[in-house]
Amino acid sequence: MAQETPPSIGRVPPRGAGAAPAGRTLLDDTAIGRALTRIAHEILERNEDVSQLYLVAIPNGGVPLARRLAGSLRQIADVEVPVGVLDTTLYRDDLKMTGERPLLRHTEMPSAVDERVVVLVDDVVKTGRTIRAAMDALMDFGRPRMVQVVGLVDRGHRELPIKLDYVGKNVPTSPRETVCLRGRDGDLEGPLEVALLPADPRGEA
Amino acid sequence: MIGRDLLGIEDLERSDIERILQTAIHMREVGEREVKKVPTLRGRTIVNLFFESSTRTRASFEIAGKRLSADVVNFSPSSSSLKKAESILDTARTLDAMDPDAVIVRHEVSGVPKAIADVLDAPVINAGDGAHEHPTQALLDLFTVQQEKGRIDGLTVTIVGDILHSRVARSNIYGFLKMGAEVRVAAPPPMIPPAIEELGVKAYTSLREALDGADVVMALRIQNERLAGSYFPSVREYAATFGLDRSKLHYAKEDAIVMHPGPVNRGVELSHDLADHRPSVILDQVRNGVAIRMAVLYLFAGRKREDGQRRRTS
Amino acid sequence: MSRILLRGGRLLDPASGRDERGDLLLEDGEVKAAGSGIAASGAQVIEATGCWVVPGFVDLHCHLREPGQEYKEDIASGGRAAVAGGFTSIACMANTHPVNDDPAMTDYILDRARQDSPARVLPIAAATRGLEGKVMTEMAALVAAGAVAFSDDGKTIMDGGVMRRVLQYSRLVEAPVIVHCEDRTLVGDGVVNEGPVSTRLGLPGNPAVAEEVQIARDLLLAEATGAHLHVAHVSTAGGVSMIRRARERGISVTAEVTPHHLTLTDAVALGFDTNCKVAPPLRGDADRKACRQGLADGTLDAIATDHAPHAVHEKDLEFTLAPPGMIGFETALAVVLELVRDGELTPLELVRRLSTNPARILKRNAGSLAPGSPGDVTVLDPERRWTYDPAKGFSKSRNSPWAGQSLTGRVLLTFVAGKLVYDVERGVVAP
Repeated sequence: MAQETPPSIGRVPPRGAGAAPAGRTLLDDTAIGRALTRIAHEILERNEDVSQLYLVAIPNGGVPLARRLAGSLRQIADVEVPVGVLDTTLYRDDLKMTGERPLLRHTEMPSAVDERVVVLVDDVVKTGRTIRAAMDALMDFGRPRMVQVVGLVDRGHRELPIKLDYVGKNVPTSPRETVCLRGRDGDLEGPLEVALLPADPRGEA
Repeated sequence: MIGRDLLGIEDLERSDIERILQTAIHMREVGEREVKKVPTLRGRTIVNLFFESSTRTRASFEIAGKRLSADVVNFSPSSSSLKKAESILDTARTLDAMDPDAVIVRHEVSGVPKAIADVLDAPVINAGDGAHEHPTQALLDLFTVQQEKGRIDGLTVTIVGDILHSRVARSNIYGFLKMGAEVRVAAPPPMIPPAIEELGVKAYTSLREALDGADVVMALRIQNERLAGSYFPSVREYAATFGLDRSKLHYAKEDAIVMHPGPVNRGVELSHDLADHRPSVILDQVRNGVAIRMAVLYLFAGRKREDGQRRRTS
Repeated sequence: MSRILLRGGRLLDPASGRDERGDLLLEDGEVKAAGSGIAASGAQVIEATGCWVVPGFVDLHCHLREPGQEYKEDIASGGRAAVAGGFTSIACMANTHPVNDDPAMTDYILDRARQDSPARVLPIAAATRGLEGKVMTEMAALVAAGAVAFSDDGKTIMDGGVMRRVLQYSRLVEAPVIVHCEDRTLVGDGVVNEGPVSTRLGLPGNPAVAEEVQIARDLLLAEATGAHLHVAHVSTAGGVSMIRRARERGISVTAEVTPHHLTLTDAVALGFDTNCKVAPPLRGDADRKACRQGLADGTLDAIATDHAPHAVHEKDLEFTLAPPGMIGFETALAVVLELVRDGELTPLELVRRLSTNPARILKRNAGSLAPGSPGDVTVLDPERRWTYDPAKGFSKSRNSPWAGQSLTGRVLLTFVAGKLVYDVERGVVAP
């Protein structure tokens, strides 16, 4: 699920809610799988020493993606890359001083970060602020040797000089539209899809 | 949506409590990192306005604020050169002019945090007022039980001690009832508040009956000065009738846990043995206290009244 | 103008039992005539249709704070607030600084009142010197100076032996001894009624039994001494029932109740508003109902305001530190009219408890519209709606739980000694 947008927009009700899911599917589960396989190859290509890799997922969407990437790396190169989960909510630069505070998410970092090549994994990258927050959080955990970034969908509209090392798909969008990763059946553990939702008439994205 | 101030558990919905406990889980994880600091409240000012002194609670709030990168300022009018003539509200108004993002108030008289909240723009967090409420203590107690037992619904919680003068008791009564537990209080008769059962608890003057089947036993501190002859004859008799030790604990469930807000009068409310060993979870309470206070600061600090709308026109 | 005709109002005269439309003529400081169709050539005519025309209210219990605490009230401002509330005579308690326990002080109060108060001021002198509860005051000298009763109100005479002697001695001057019944050792540091509200608030409680114990003691002492006892501000169900039984036994006792104890309960203190802090405290619902019942059946003879001003900075303190008390002159009528609206008292019976009975207890020639009575008359509109803003009132203080509230029932005109002293349109019109 996109973190660039405030929680009230872009939150998709679970399938069981009765209504058909809104939006247009940009990538279905198969397309996502192919993109991840390609990215796994690219990661291996760019990083000679695979023993130093550490996949760090940005919740919620980054988590199933990072797990699948770890699976692909295991399959292709027979290597066990650890997967950590790093919530960036406490590092956001947009903590509104009025209104409700965003919900916090899970953080679990099984390995130390020092000297590792950390590969951040996020589902949708737009302004780049989440990645910046993730790097700040990462630095509080230690000193990685290098940080690379995987974005399943790059929709542009950067507000910070953040580049992606590995991109699943470039999708041109209007800034007010919403792009999100979600479970096809409402559960991120099952088949996934990337959806494009129209601009919310209520407010800015 | 959680309100602007945290004045007491009585004003909270169950969903508010759950939100705070949920947030505390994540805050506890921060406390387990090497670098126990996140930048969330960087640049925010938190004021500890403690009219009644307290090293433990104040330190807990201070650590919590610092872990969130806030600037924490301690203001202790009881110990400063404040003239006796300066009223509480004058002090609060002066503070308000410095534009704090949260003011944490402790006072020995009930109702002061509310009076201060009525004149401030900044959110007020009650760190204990008289015998009225101590919400962050109850929240950390709820959190501790939830972590230990996996749930609160359906548990039996027995609170033992000077209920009459205890804000910890009142806040915990509200908290545990809202979260679905059954709550009992046990004390010598003069220390059972009038009409306490109207709050939804059962009052006992027999410790044995109060402990029967309890999952959680919470012992409250007895203030020795109050004992001196008037509400209760002697420390010795209190310890014999209401003090907890391993043998009395047998009346409770086998896996019952023992709690205490601290500091413990060893040999009075708890035996020496119980004070320092399982099943007492006192140190977990302290640890959880920082996480809860971080959660509270995260959820409340900086959420001021919108510009131009002063809280109270006096 | 020494002739004033109040025309077409509802005359309510408890002394004669009269409740009828009619006119009232004031002349040369007295009630000249009251009835229908009074001819009065040359008189100033005031139309009173739709209004009640009643004997001016007599307050058995108020605090004017002069001498010593004039920053929160004085005899002038208190007197003005009183007439704005329809009170033409007010009996003020002795707990001033210094205490009114000496004829010179009583003189002083009467002198100040003559100069500056539109209402008649009746000084209540202390029962014991300095209100210390040990040595009785010179009751004969004080009565000669103008004291109408004796009371240590503000404090309590804790020593039973002293109380007995005070009651015995009071028989010499045949003046009532007014008692503030609160056993201090039972009150402890209580600041709200002991009960579910004090438990919720976490504030020390003041139990009903603290009042009941002393009412019991004082009733028995009154019986033993044959003195006349008047119980101030009764607030408890137990107190009311003991007074009722005492009356049945023939004990010489009268009692009063305040507007706030008739209409508010301790629940109003749940927001920690110090304007709800009063002594005796607001009690629970059962006590309130018992007080209303007691007023209706005559157990409680009179309504008295216990008007107790305190400055804003004094009430703006922690609940345990704020002094107890609320002002009450200007809201009393609207508040107690609730009992008429609820059908518990007829208008005539209400006026009896505001005017005729208090006058009788203090042995004043007041509380009556009979020809020859002093021209102390109040004209009021029981239906008039208004919003009470204490800042616009005549008292120097503002400590009222009704601040900002919409009230029904208001005094329109107040006459003392046949002269207009208050007019709701113009305010206080005489010194």
